[in-house]
Parts: sequence; C-alpha cells; structure tokens
Amino acid sequence: MTAGQAKVIPIESAPSWSGPEAPSIPLADRLARSVATLLAGRAGPMAEAVLGKDWEDRAANGLAFLRRRITGDYQVDEFGFDQELTEEVLLTLLRPLAEKYFRIEVRGIENIPTEGGVLVVANHSGVLPLDALMTQWAIHDHTPGHRHLRMLAADLVFVLPVLGELARKAGHTLACNEDAQALLERGEVVGVWPEGFKGIGKPFADRYKLQRFGRGGFVASALRARVPIVPCSIVGAEETYPMLGNAKTLARLLGVPYLPLTPTFPWLGPLGAIPLPTKWTIQFGAPIPTDQHPAEAAEDPMLVFNLTDEVRETIQHTLYRLLVERRSVFF
Amino acid sequence: MGKVVLVTGVARQLGAQFAERIRRQPGVELVVGVDLRPAPQLPPPQPGDPVADYVFAPVDLRRPAIAGVLAEYGVDTVVHLNVSATNPGAVGRASVKEINVIGSMQLLGACQQSAQLRRLVVKSTTGVYGATSRDPAVFTERTQAKTLPSGGFAKDAAEVEGYVRGFARRRPDVAISVLRFANLVGPGADTPLAEYFALPLLPTVLGYDPRLQFLHVEDAVEVLRRAALEPAPDTVNTGTFNVAGEGVLLLSQCARRLGRPTLPMLGPALGWAAALAKQTRVSDFSAEQIGLLTHGRVVDTTALREVFGYRPRYSTTEAFADFAAGSGPGLLPPGRLAAVTDRLADLLKRPPEES
Repeated sequence: MTAGQAKVIPIESAPSWSGPEAPSIPLADRLARSVATLLAGRAGPMAEAVLGKDWEDRAANGLAFLRRRITGDYQVDEFGFDQELTEEVLLTLLRPLAEKYFRIEVRGIENIPTEGGVLVVANHSGVLPLDALMTQWAIHDHTPGHRHLRMLAADLVFVLPVLGELARKAGHTLACNEDAQALLERGEVVGVWPEGFKGIGKPFADRYKLQRFGRGGFVASALRARVPIVPCSIVGAEETYPMLGNAKTLARLLGVPYLPLTPTFPWLGPLGAIPLPTKWTIQFGAPIPTDQHPAEAAEDPMLVFNLTDEVRETIQHTLYRLLVERRSVFF
Repeated sequence: MGKVVLVTGVARQLGAQFAERIRRQPGVELVVGVDLRPAPQLPPPQPGDPVADYVFAPVDLRRPAIAGVLAEYGVDTVVHLNVSATNPGAVGRASVKEINVIGSMQLLGACQQSAQLRRLVVKSTTGVYGATSRDPAVFTERTQAKTLPSGGFAKDAAEVEGYVRGFARRRPDVAISVLRFANLVGPGADTPLAEYFALPLLPTVLGYDPRLQFLHVEDAVEVLRRAALEPAPDTVNTGTFNVAGEGVLLLSQCARRLGRPTLPMLGPALGWAAALAKQTRVSDFSAEQIGLLTHGRVVDTTALREVFGYRPRYSTTEAFADFAAGSGPGLLPPGRLAAVTDRLADLLKRPPEES
C-alpha cells in the first residue's frame, strides 16, 4: 500500500486502531496507513508550516532514534554512559538553559586538550548542581571534538532512584579513587567538584569563598594517571538560588545534607525552584601538569597537599578576577 | 600417565559441558564426575573418538566419602563447580547452602590429604563484590567489597573463597585458580537470572537501570579448560580472575532486546514479591539478586585478557543475543516495534508530489 492510495481515503474513514473490520492488517500497517492519511490530507502542509521546511528529515532522524531506543539497539560503556541519550536528549534539554537563560560565556576552552585524560576541578555553588551540568554542556559544545565530561558525583546521587540512573546514563560515576583513576586512564575528561556539599550548600553570605577541598583524593588520582589538572572557575551559579537559611532539622529528617531556604523557596512552592536568570562565566584555567612527578608521587602527602592548594588558589584568584570584571549579576 | 580430572557438580549444565569438553583434551586419561545425580546429557562416545574414560561417582560432597574417591582414582586435578545458587538435588536454601559451604570444606579437606593433587580450580561468582550504591562502577580483582554479601549464593561463594585461601596457605604446592564468573547465559542456561528473564513481565526496581554483564557458557567452559591445564607460555592461570564478556548491557536494554515489557516496582515492593515467590516456590529470587537488579555490577576483565591470556569469544551483547535467540518471543518483540517505525520512516521518504 502506498501513500498515493492513501490519499483517496478520507480522514473520517481511516481505519481505527482496533477496528474489527481490519483484524488481519498488522499493527505497523494500520499505524502507517493512518499517518499517511493524515499527512496526505490537511495535516501535511500544516506540519510544514508549524515544524519548518526540513521537518521530514528531522522526523526521519527522530524515528531512527526511536527505533534504536525501543529495540534496545544502543551502546553503553562500563560506567553506564549512554552517549546517544546524552547527546540527543540530555544536552538538548540543557542547551537552551545554558545559551538563552544563563547566557554562559565560556572562556579558555583551549585549555581542555583535544584528546587524552584530563581532570577538571571546579568550584561548586548554587544549591542544585546546575554548575556541574552547565560545565558538561560547555565542554561538549565548545571543544572541537565534542568531548564528554565524566563527573564524579556524591554517593547521595546513586542512592536516590531516577537521579542515580540518569547520572549513570549521562556518564557520571561515584566519586571514588577506583572510578576516577579508571576513567582518567581511559583518556576521559573527568570533572570533580571537591568542595562537595560544603560548597553547594553554603550560605549566600559566603558566596565565592572556596570551602575546604576534601582530602585531595582527586590530586592523587591525577598523579597516578599522570594527567593534567585544569582549574575551572564558575561565576554566576552562586546567585541562582541565594541560600539565606538552612532548615537543618528537616534536612536531617529527610536524610539530605541541607534544605535551602531562599527568597522564593519553599514559599512559592514549585515556582520557588526556578533558578534566577543570572549571567554566567565559565573560565577554564591553564592546565597544571602532573607528569613531571613519578607515579609513586601520589603516595607523598606533602606533594598532594601542595598541589591541592595550588589548584584551590588558582580557582579562588580567578573567581575574584572574574567578579571584579562582572558588570552585574544579571547582565 | 595422563591427567585424572575430578569435576564436581556434573548434574548441572556447566559441569556436564565441562566434563564433556575435558574428556576430549589430549593428555587427560580419566574424568571423574561427582554429584548427587548423574549428568543428564553426556552422549555415548562415538567409536574411534579419542575421548578419555568417564566415571560417575554418586557422592554427596557433604560427607567425607569424597576423600576415598580422590585416592581411588589418583586424582591430580580438581575442578570444583558445585557452588551454585540452586542445586537440582536439593530443595530449600538451607540444604543448598550446606552443599555449597560444607561440601566445599569437605572437598578441600580431602584435597589437603591427597598427595597426588597438583591443581585446583574453583568456580566463584562476581557476586562476591556485592552490589550497593557506594561501590565503584567497575570492580577489579583487588577491590574489597564495601559490604560482604548478606546472604544467598554470593555469601556462600565468599565463604568458599575464604576456605580456598586457607587451603592455599596450607598446600602451597597446589596451583589454585579461583574464577569469578559473571551471570552465565547461553542456550538452556539454568541460572536464577535466566529464570528471571523467562518471566513474561520483568519486574524491575523503579528508578534504577542496573548495568549487567554476561558470560557465555562456551566461554566459561573454555576458561575452565585452560585453568585445569598447564598454562600456555607467557600466561599465568593461577590466582583469582574475573570472567565476563566484554561490554555492558542495561537491564532496560535486555528487556527490550528480549521483547519483554518491564514492570517497575518500588524497591520494597519488589522485595515482598520476591519473598512471596520464594515462599510459594515459584522462583528462588534472593535479596542478592534484587541488589544486582538495583545497582548492577560490572567487573574489570583486564587480568583475564592480559595475564590469563583469554579473550571471551562472546561479548556481553553477543552472549545475551544467543540467550535471547533461545528463549521464547516476548509480548513486545523488537522486530514488530521496529516494523512500526520503519513503516513510518518509509512514508516520510516519499516526496510530497507523489502523494
């Protein structure tokens, strides 16, 4: 049956999904026929008007994507990273937020090498880890090879249903030495936010003041894998959710590290969860090489602490410089 | 004089296939099969077929009689495959555990006394690493489990591995391989996970999509064969090795490839459903299986490839495809779903003037 034949069938008499008059026609044919009927009728020009000229190509791509998804015909890596889903869905959803809402200016992207392992270390802020997601977008959309950032996430992420699943599919894994080293040795771009909950859940008054950088585990991993460390400073995320208070008792009851009280949350309900449209800058600094140290340098606590401090100071100073340059929080 | 190989657990698919394979190995003189029941599928050898003799010894490993078998046949290689999640000769978790743990202790005790013994191969499971949200994504042989398996087959395997380490200290002259197998699949695989995938609707844990790895039975047999013989040049076949097909499949991918719809359930509800199935003996679905279906488990197989010197012929995807081909069609066959999108795509390709 062709689309030409389909044209003569009026829309009203298109075969219904479960019509008893056509029980022998397979589901695929019935569905195809009804769509053909629609497109041949008024829906065709309408679709073109609404969706644009090349809607057919895009629909064909979408169908091919759908076909792979519903038949399970796609690849994930050992960490559960689903590259297709990340590129087609997750990054597509992040892009308008990054480009239109936060109007992120990405600087120093040339400091991310085009290939090979690298550890990106950034400041953490803004109640929700939007800064991490935006860094993932920045690295994917701005590096020539469209590299994927593999983040090391807090263990809370993987305890929670749905969130843990999405994090794995987006390429992230648990922040532990084994995973960090395995990813770096595979030549991936690994992202770490060493301040953790101390950084993301700090009061608004402490904005842009870097918290303690964990125990330096990330530096040890980079030393073992002998990959450079790229300090990354993010400005703008602090003001997305100004955290004025912290409902500590309720947070403890819910088993979360903090429960923010912002000017809008929880007073406006779900509306309060909308981030403020601040203007962001993500600055990647010059890489700090680690390959001049021998591999066993990771066992030298003094060296690890010194390198940790160097990374921390670089990020802090860049933050101050970017803040001075900034005209306004929102523009 | 050739090798005398003793294989435990020959009543099960893996044991039977391995016994069959090792009989065809040049240099093997006699294969002794041990289990409660004889192996079901050993075909009679063709005349002129160079196969080693096969003797079946109906021994309950929980009793000390196994020492007599080792001495009687002069066994020099023991391949212990009897640590399993279920046992065809036993009903109920308690007796399975007894066969797994007490049986292994008896066997190791007998091995310790045997002067001829040169080589011991023990089948274990990647389940010994556990499966929690706090574990690294990829386990290497050196990774310590964050929490020891709380029960079930994985706990048995972890305990057996402990006894094997004790045995290794007492008999340093015996070459020991511990092989941690991922989920075995293949045509007619008789494992709990294969039973799970045979359900018409697959219950899953809502909000989790675990990463799974599979090992084809043929690869398992080949790895056992190599471990039971002298190592090839430049390889080492003693020690502990993770054995799994390369690559990873998500549970959702497995379900779609099988064409079986999933039934996402809240974690605790799935636990109750599993307990109910266990009570009513519909299916023996342990807490450890639920852990696997929640957080998944992936092991690193670099040591298998580079030290042991074997690259599994079937990747995880291929092993699962072979298993899927052998299992019945599901309610949503991927072929039919693909036909729908293909038809739609065909319609789009036609130029609009034609219609």
